[in-house]
Amino acid sequence: MRKATILLLAFSAGFSIMCFELLGGRMLAPFFGSSIYVWGSIITVFMLALSIGYLTGGRFSLYNASLNRYGGIFIIAALSLVPTIFYSEQVFKFVFQYIEDPRYGSLVAATLVYLVPTIIMGMIAPYSVRILTISVDTSGHTAGFLYFVSTIGSAIGTIMTSFYFVLWMEVNQILWLTFSILFVCGCLAFAMGSLEKSANPEMTSA
Amino acid sequence: MNKIFKTLLVALLIGQIAHIEAKQIAKERSIYRNVVIVEEGRERCMRFETRRRQITNQACIDLKEPNKLVFEYAHGVLAGYALKPQPKRILIIGLGGGVLSNVMHEISPEAEITSVDIDPVVVEMAKEYFNYQENDKVKTEIKDGRVFVKRALLKNEKYDWIILDAFNGDYIPEHLMSKEFLSEVKGLLDDDGLLSANTFSNSKLYDYESATYQHVFGDLQIFKAPTKGNRVIFACNCEAFKVFPQYSPELKATLIKYQVDVDRVWRRISDKVDWDINSEILTDQYSPANLLKQN
Repeated sequence: MRKATILLLAFSAGFSIMCFELLGGRMLAPFFGSSIYVWGSIITVFMLALSIGYLTGGRFSLYNASLNRYGGIFIIAALSLVPTIFYSEQVFKFVFQYIEDPRYGSLVAATLVYLVPTIIMGMIAPYSVRILTISVDTSGHTAGFLYFVSTIGSAIGTIMTSFYFVLWMEVNQILWLTFSILFVCGCLAFAMGSLEKSANPEMTSA
Repeated sequence: MNKIFKTLLVALLIGQIAHIEAKQIAKERSIYRNVVIVEEGRERCMRFETRRRQITNQACIDLKEPNKLVFEYAHGVLAGYALKPQPKRILIIGLGGGVLSNVMHEISPEAEITSVDIDPVVVEMAKEYFNYQENDKVKTEIKDGRVFVKRALLKNEKYDWIILDAFNGDYIPEHLMSKEFLSEVKGLLDDDGLLSANTFSNSKLYDYESATYQHVFGDLQIFKAPTKGNRVIFACNCEAFKVFPQYSPELKATLIKYQVDVDRVWRRISDKVDWDINSEILTDQYSPANLLKQN
């Protein structure tokens, strides 16, 4: 039960990251075009953000790792999408006015809008490993399986967004969908945490 | 992430293997694609190398009769001269071989013509193989069309004739089809400025696209190419655009040189609304043009 839930959450995080990344291209196009360098900027920012996220997520897992904290990352990730929904256009407009070269323009714009939410989403992966790992012997297996699940999530998030979501919904609606997924995941982790607490009151950490 | 790269790699490999018909006389790599020049019979064409069966020519010229306008839609675009007999500032988004720019510079040498194309290699090849002429009246900007338009708006630039010709590739630039983009284009037009857009006339996209143009510009006049699946949408930055003016004898005489049969062209221009006017419109938030085109 516990394992299945965490795998589902890791899957959802992978799904949300790629959903968000693909929308990034769509949102930047009206200001910076859809040239290869716009995609280059987005991928650069996402990779950078994920690497920072992995580092901080791993760090964060050293201190009193718990399902509540794990859920907290999801909730903060969800909330960090809200400014993107409401203010990204103003940010892009601002950058567009000051930076003529669409390469650096898109890089700066993507950094301002996508870096922070993606860092937070990136924290989920190492934290999942921490929550799920039982022993050192099996830690490699646990980590491998988690990467498998979350990367499958990314693959499905990519294909769903590019093949279907953009046909069914507006960009902001898809962002709200991503918000909801992350938010529900956070609540799930909380629920799971309190369930475990009531079942086993002595257990303080995961 | 890795998935995307792998797909791209496979696509590239297949592209290399695919056999290209017609005689290829040149090929250049750009950051977007391989641009090839082929000769078939008496025509020389520019193509974007593709793994698909269906090949779209970006530009063609007749080697024996260099004045002849090969593309039907180009005949349609030139009908715009009935509305703008003496254009002052022309903006062409999507250069291709530069054929339209050359012809329009010949017809109206006084006009300032700016062409915008995203791909520098296309511009080079236009010069080399299609005799695309640049001079103090004719200029080229290598930019994404949307970016150019937004910058031009900031600079308060105005044009009296804008030609949108960025849609004959395999992939539609979706950000050049939204309500917001068309509003920006409208903002670049003088009062009574004219827009001619070369677009598609089939697939599910037809309703969406037509409804979007109508939403932004109101009345439309549409030229449908007789054999190819193109059309040219005429719209203007004006109160009403109910009738498309008849051609003048002078215009007829001018266009004959390019083998444009004005009677044939005018017969195919109509204001008929043959799309679903309740269709959703394309916006920056919702622009799945490529997916709609496949349906």
